[in-house]
Amino acid sequence: MFSLEGKVALVTGATGGIGAEIARALHRQGAKVALSGTRKEVLETLAAELEGALVAPANLSDPAAPAALVEQVEAAFGKLDILVNNAGFTRDGLAMRMADKDWSDVLEVDLTAPFRLARAAMRGMMKRRTGRIISIASIVGVTGNPGQANYAAAKAGLIGMSKSLAQELASRGITVNVVAPGFIATPMTDALNDQQKARLMERIPMGRMGEAADIAAAVAYLSSDEAGWVTGATHHVNGGMAMI
Amino acid sequence: MSDTADKVKKIVVEHLGVEEAKVTSEASFIDDLGADSLDTVELVMAFEEAFGVEIPDDAAEKITTVKDAIDYIEAQKAA
Repeated sequence: MFSLEGKVALVTGATGGIGAEIARALHRQGAKVALSGTRKEVLETLAAELEGALVAPANLSDPAAPAALVEQVEAAFGKLDILVNNAGFTRDGLAMRMADKDWSDVLEVDLTAPFRLARAAMRGMMKRRTGRIISIASIVGVTGNPGQANYAAAKAGLIGMSKSLAQELASRGITVNVVAPGFIATPMTDALNDQQKARLMERIPMGRMGEAADIAAAVAYLSSDEAGWVTGATHHVNGGMAMI
Repeated sequence: MSDTADKVKKIVVEHLGVEEAKVTSEASFIDDLGADSLDTVELVMAFEEAFGVEIPDDAAEKITTVKDAIDYIEAQKAA
């Protein structure tokens, strides 16, 4: 079950904790993987683990980068079956103090780039009548979070975008879904202090932070042929922190 | 029949999976050939690729029949 043998997947933000684990999971299920991110050396280290992986560095704040990235993957592997929009970053601050650029930079990379990637990827998928577009959002895209108006807006935007694309592309066998992680142990959340972590833990019924593998498993499922009837859905993987 | 017309009709047959005989010059993609809005976008993209022309959105909207497509592409090629 859930075999991805013969499929080609592109994972953006594969330099991050969650992205790398997603790439590993898809590769384990048999997919050929293209790894994108801004730090080439980190991608190369990961590629050394994953036989046949393509290293495809890209700066997604460049408007031309998404289409070029999809083209590169299609040129290397002949097609793209699974797009995983995982790249994203935060620039937190209370709204009162949030500069326009903090807002627009986050929106550009976390929301606009995924749209451009999806638009570029859907062309080949439509022709082949099959495809998977999976975006990694966040629990805060649904619940909100003080200090993260920009990030939460971008992540909520991914959900709305995915539901629209899901309706546009369903008749072509393409599913479009979202995975919304809760608090995952990564370098991004390591930056929290102990007190912040303890307070977080009280809100997670499962009593632990999530692992990148918890997210990767959901992505692997949504990538599979078996998930062909799941579209426009947001999968919350958050240890019970928000039951929505 | 011109090469352009031949090629256009072939693309329509392939993309919409309709019988060649149904693809007359007057045939409307949506009303006669059963295309949906996504099909028409795909057709326009296929024409762009096959003929190396750019069909902007406002022009694409006016291409509703096989003849519209042939005329537009021939005009572009002549220009």
